[in-house]
Amino acid sequence: MSTEVKNKELETIEVQTEELIEKHGFDDHFHDHHHGDKYQSGFFSKYVFSLDHKIIGRQFLITGMIWAIVGAAMSVIFRLQLGFPEANLEWLQPLLGKWIIVDNGIGTLSQEFYYALVTMHGTIIVFFVLTAGLSGTFSNLLIPLQIGARDMASPLMNMLSYWFFFLASCVMLFSLFLSTGPFAGGWVAYPPLSALPQASTGSGAGMTLWLVSLVLFVVSTLLGGINYITTVLNLRTKGMTLWKMPLTIWAFFVTAIIGLLSFPVLVAGFFLLMFDRSLGTSFYLSEIFIGGQALDHVGGSPILYQHLFWFLGHPEVYIIILPAMGIASEVLSVHSRKPIFGYRAMVYSIMAIAFLSFIVWAHHMFMAGVNPFLSNIFTIFTLIIAVPSAVKVFNWITTIYKGNIRFNSASLFAIGFVSMFISGGLTGIFLGNSVLDIQLHDTYFVVAHFHIVMGVSAFFGMFAGIYQWFPKMFGRFMNETLGRIHFWGTMIGAYVVFWPMHYLGMFGVPRRYYSFDTFDSFAGFDGINQFVTIGAIITFFVQLIFVVNFFYSIWNGRKMKSKNPYKANTLEWTTPIDTGHGNWPGKLPVVERWPYDYSKNGEDYVPQIIPLKEGEEEH
Amino acid sequence: MTLLIGILIFALFVIVVIQIGKITEISRALRGEEDWKWASSKRTANFLLIFVVIFIVLSFWSAWHYKNYMLGYGPHVSASAHGGQIDSIFNITLFFTGIVFVVTQFLLFYFAWKYRERKGQKASFISHDNKLELIWTVVPSLVLVVLVLKGLVAWNDIMADVDESEDDFMEIEATGMQFNWIIRYPGEDDQLGTRDFRMIDGVNPLGQDWTDPKNLDDLQPSEIVLPVGKKVRVRILSRDVLHNFFLPHFRLKMDAVPGMPTYFVFTPDMTTQEYRQKLSEYPEYQVPADPDDPTGPQKWEAFEFELACAELCGQGHFSMRKVVRIVEESEYQAWLSEQTPYYRSSIRGKDADPFQGKLFDYEIEERKKNFENEMYEVLYKDLEDTEERVYELSNVLFQTGSSELEDISRYELDNLVSFLQDNPEVSIEIQGHTDNTGSQETNNTLSQQRADKVLSYVKNHGIGAGQVTAKGYGASDPVDTNDTEEGRANNRRVEIKFL
Repeated sequence: MSTEVKNKELETIEVQTEELIEKHGFDDHFHDHHHGDKYQSGFFSKYVFSLDHKIIGRQFLITGMIWAIVGAAMSVIFRLQLGFPEANLEWLQPLLGKWIIVDNGIGTLSQEFYYALVTMHGTIIVFFVLTAGLSGTFSNLLIPLQIGARDMASPLMNMLSYWFFFLASCVMLFSLFLSTGPFAGGWVAYPPLSALPQASTGSGAGMTLWLVSLVLFVVSTLLGGINYITTVLNLRTKGMTLWKMPLTIWAFFVTAIIGLLSFPVLVAGFFLLMFDRSLGTSFYLSEIFIGGQALDHVGGSPILYQHLFWFLGHPEVYIIILPAMGIASEVLSVHSRKPIFGYRAMVYSIMAIAFLSFIVWAHHMFMAGVNPFLSNIFTIFTLIIAVPSAVKVFNWITTIYKGNIRFNSASLFAIGFVSMFISGGLTGIFLGNSVLDIQLHDTYFVVAHFHIVMGVSAFFGMFAGIYQWFPKMFGRFMNETLGRIHFWGTMIGAYVVFWPMHYLGMFGVPRRYYSFDTFDSFAGFDGINQFVTIGAIITFFVQLIFVVNFFYSIWNGRKMKSKNPYKANTLEWTTPIDTGHGNWPGKLPVVERWPYDYSKNGEDYVPQIIPLKEGEEEH
Repeated sequence: MTLLIGILIFALFVIVVIQIGKITEISRALRGEEDWKWASSKRTANFLLIFVVIFIVLSFWSAWHYKNYMLGYGPHVSASAHGGQIDSIFNITLFFTGIVFVVTQFLLFYFAWKYRERKGQKASFISHDNKLELIWTVVPSLVLVVLVLKGLVAWNDIMADVDESEDDFMEIEATGMQFNWIIRYPGEDDQLGTRDFRMIDGVNPLGQDWTDPKNLDDLQPSEIVLPVGKKVRVRILSRDVLHNFFLPHFRLKMDAVPGMPTYFVFTPDMTTQEYRQKLSEYPEYQVPADPDDPTGPQKWEAFEFELACAELCGQGHFSMRKVVRIVEESEYQAWLSEQTPYYRSSIRGKDADPFQGKLFDYEIEERKKNFENEMYEVLYKDLEDTEERVYELSNVLFQTGSSELEDISRYELDNLVSFLQDNPEVSIEIQGHTDNTGSQETNNTLSQQRADKVLSYVKNHGIGAGQVTAKGYGASDPVDTNDTEEGRANNRRVEIKFL
C-alpha cells in the first residue's frame, strides 16, 4: 500500500469520524456557554492558572518529572556511600555543603544527611512522583478525554489540586535547605523518632515542614480524587456506560476512591503526631528517656501511629500501581491490535485489589510488637491479593498472545511493566507470609521487593503512558530511537540494581544502614554493593536521555499528522490534533460499543463511536 | 570550577542525545517508513527474546552463585530450633514462585517475539475464556492455601509464648537505646527487678528500682551468652525510640517499643564453636578475618553471632552491635559465676545506694574472710627491727566527735571476737588515735573513750580481761600528715596491737 493511498484512507476515516460526531453526536450546547473561550485567553490563565484538565495534567507531569530527577539523584548520592564508602566525595561539596565532611582531604557523606537523603528519596518518589506525577497526570489528561467530557466536574477544584501540590512541593523543597537538615527518620516517619527533636536533628524544623508539606499534599490529592470520582460518575457522554469504559478509567476511578478513603486517616495520624510534637499530648509517646532527661509522656503507643500510617500506606501502593496497570492494559491492547483479555475479570480484579488493600495494612507490622494472633488474619488477606494480581498477569500475557504486536516505546514499556510486576509481585508472596517476615522484614529483600513491584513497575507504567499520550499532550511524537535506548537501559538497569539485593536480604543485611563495617555478618558484600551502585548511576543517566527527549520533542518532535496515530478505539483520538478547551469543537461523541473492538470481524479497529452493525454482537 | 565542568558535561550530554535523535529520524526517513518498520519490528522482537533467555539464565546462575547466602543453604543455616521451619517454608515458596516466574516471564517475551507485527498478519479477536480464567484463578489459590497454612502453623508455633508453669526456660532482657543495647540477666533469683524510666540516670541506665531486692542480683553483661539447647525468652524494651532486636543467624526479629515490652522465645541449637566448625568447610571463610593481617585468625575462627538493630532509630542506627555467644551448659555456668551484679559493681556504696549503712550477708562473709586473712598475716609475718604487729580496724566507725559506735561497726567487732576466741593464746592492746585538731586533752580523752568502747564490746561478748586491754594515744602517733584532710582521716583510727 503506497503512502499516498494510505494517507487518503486515513483522511477518509477522519472525515467520517467528524461527520459521525456531527450527525449522531450529543449536543450539550457547548458553544453557547463557551463562546470564544473567554476564560482562557491570556498567557497566565491559559498556561499557569489554567482550568483546562489537559494543561493541569501537563503541570502535574512536569512537576512530577522535576521531583523524579531530584529523588533519583538523591538515591545516586546515597548509593555512592553504600557502594564506595571510601571514595572521596569532596566534589559534591558545592552542592551539599556542610553535609560533606572533609577530613584530611577526603570528603564523606555525613550520617545525618545520608538518612535525610534516604527519607527524602522515599517521600518524594512515593508521594510527589508516583502519586501526583502518575495519577495526577493521567487521571487529569485521560478521564475527560476518554469518557467524552468537556472537562472535570469542577475545573476550579482541579486547578486548586495542582496548586496545593505545588505548595506542598515548595515547602518540601524549602526543608532541604534548613541548617538542621530535612527530616531524616525514614519516609514512614515513625514516632518517637519523628516526634522528638532530641532524637534526630532532622526531627525538628525538618519534620515540621515535612508534616506541613504532606498535609498540603493530601489536600491536593483529595481535591483531585473527589473530582475524578464525580467526573467519572456524572460526566460520561451518552452511551458510555460503566462497562464501556476503558480500563485506564476504571483504574483511575478506583484509585481515586482508595485515596479518598485512606488519605484522611493519614492526616488524622499526622495531626495526632503534631499534637504530640507541639501540644505535649501523648498519643504515640510513652516512657521515654532521651537527651539526658525523662519525658512527661506516659500511656501513648507508637504502634497506634503505625496502624494509622499503614492504613494509608498500604492502599497507597495500590494508588501508585493501579493507574500503571490501567495504562499498561490499554497500551498492550492497542498495540497488540487485540482486545484486552478478560475485560470484566480485569475490572473485578482491580476492585478486589482495592478492597483487599484496606484490610492488609498490618502486614507491615508483623514484627512491630502487635499480637501475633492478628498476623494470622493479615497474612491470609495479604496472600489473597496474589490471586487477583495473578489473574491480571495472566490476562496481560494472553492479551498479546496471537496479537500483531506493534513495538514502540509505549508498548515496550508496557511489556516491561508486566515483567517487573511479575518479578516484584512474586517476592511479595514471601513477605506477605508472616513467618518469613521474621527473617526478611527490614532487610534488602524488602527493598528489592517494593522497588521492583511498585517503584520500577509504576515508573514503567508511567513511561508507557507518557510515550503513548505524548502526541495527545503536545501534538508531536517523542523520538523513537531515544525511547528504545531509554527502555533497554531502564529495563536492564532496574534488574541490575534490584535483583542482587534479594541475596543481601536473604543473608539478613538490614536496610537503612549507613555503613556495613560495624558488623562482621553484613560486611564483605562490597562487590554486590559496588555493582548495584554502578547500575544505579548508569540507570540514572539513561533517565536523563528520556528527559532530554521529552523536552526536545515538545518543540521539535515529529509532528502528529492524523488525529488517531495508533488507530485506537478510545474517544481521546476523536478530538482535533490541537485539542482546545472543551475537547470537542462541536457536539460530544456518542459511545456505541466497548473500547476493545480490535481485529473484530476482520476490521483492524472499530472506534467506540461506530454503531454496532446490524446483527453484530457486542464482545 | 567543579560546577562549571558539571554544567559543560551536562550540556554536551544533551547535545549528543539530541543529535542521536536527529540522525535516527533522518536515517528513518531516508530508508523509508515501511522498511524501517519491518526491520525494527524484527530486531526488537529478537532483542526481547534474547533478553528473556539471558534474564532467566542469569537469575538461575546468580542463585547458584549466591547459594551460600540463601536461607538454609551452605553456611547460612539457622542456629535456632525454630529457624529451620522458616528456611524450609522460604524454600517451598521459592520453588512455587520460581516455576511461576520462569513460565510467565518466558511466555510474556516469547509471545511478544512470536506475535510481532508482520506484513499481512492479523491479530485474533479473543476477548475472554471463562474456563481458562477459572483455571488460573483456582490454581494460584490452591498453592496459596498451602503456603498460608504452612506459614501460619509455623508462625503460631514460633511466636507462642512460654508456658510459665511448665516450661523450663530462662529469661533475659534487651533494652535498646540510641545507639546501644543494654542486656540484663535476672541473676540468682531468676527474676528481673522492677524498672521505671523516671529513675534512669548516668549510673542507672535501665532505671532499676534498687529498693526492689529482685534488682540487686541482676547482671548487665557486655555480651549475650546463652547455653545451647535452653529455651530463652527475650524481653525486649526500648528507652527512647523504636529499635528492633535482630539476630540474623537465629531467624529472630522483634521491635523494641518504648512503653511496651515485647517478647521473642527461641532455643539456640548450635554453639558458636559448632557454627565456626561448619563455616570452616567453606572457602569464603578460609581467608584471614583481617585482610591487613594475613597470619591472623581466619574468618571462620573469628566468627561471632551478632545482635543488630533493624528499625531505623537515628543516625547511629547501623552501629548497634552486640556479640552473642552460644556455649555448652558448663561453660555458661562458669561464665555466669564470673559475672558481678550491676548493683554490686556500680551502685553499692554510691549516692544512689539505698542500703548504705547496712551490710548484705555476702558482704559480712566477705569481710569476715578478709579480716581473718589479714589478721593472720599480721600475726605471723616476719618483723623488721622496729616494726610492731599492728592491724587497723578500718571498718570500725564512730559518730563524729563522739565515742558512740556506728551500728555497722559491729560486724568487724564480731569478727574480732571470734578471732580472739579461736586464738586464746593471743593477747592484744586496742589503741585509739586521733588527728591533731582540738586540744591535746580532748584528743586523749576521746581516743581513750573510743578504745574503751571497743574493749567493752569485746568483753561483753565473752573475751576475758587478760586477753585484751585498751589505751588512747591522742594525736601522738600519726601515720600520715595532719596537713591534709585525707591525712587527718587516716590518722583517726582504732588499731589492734598484738602483744
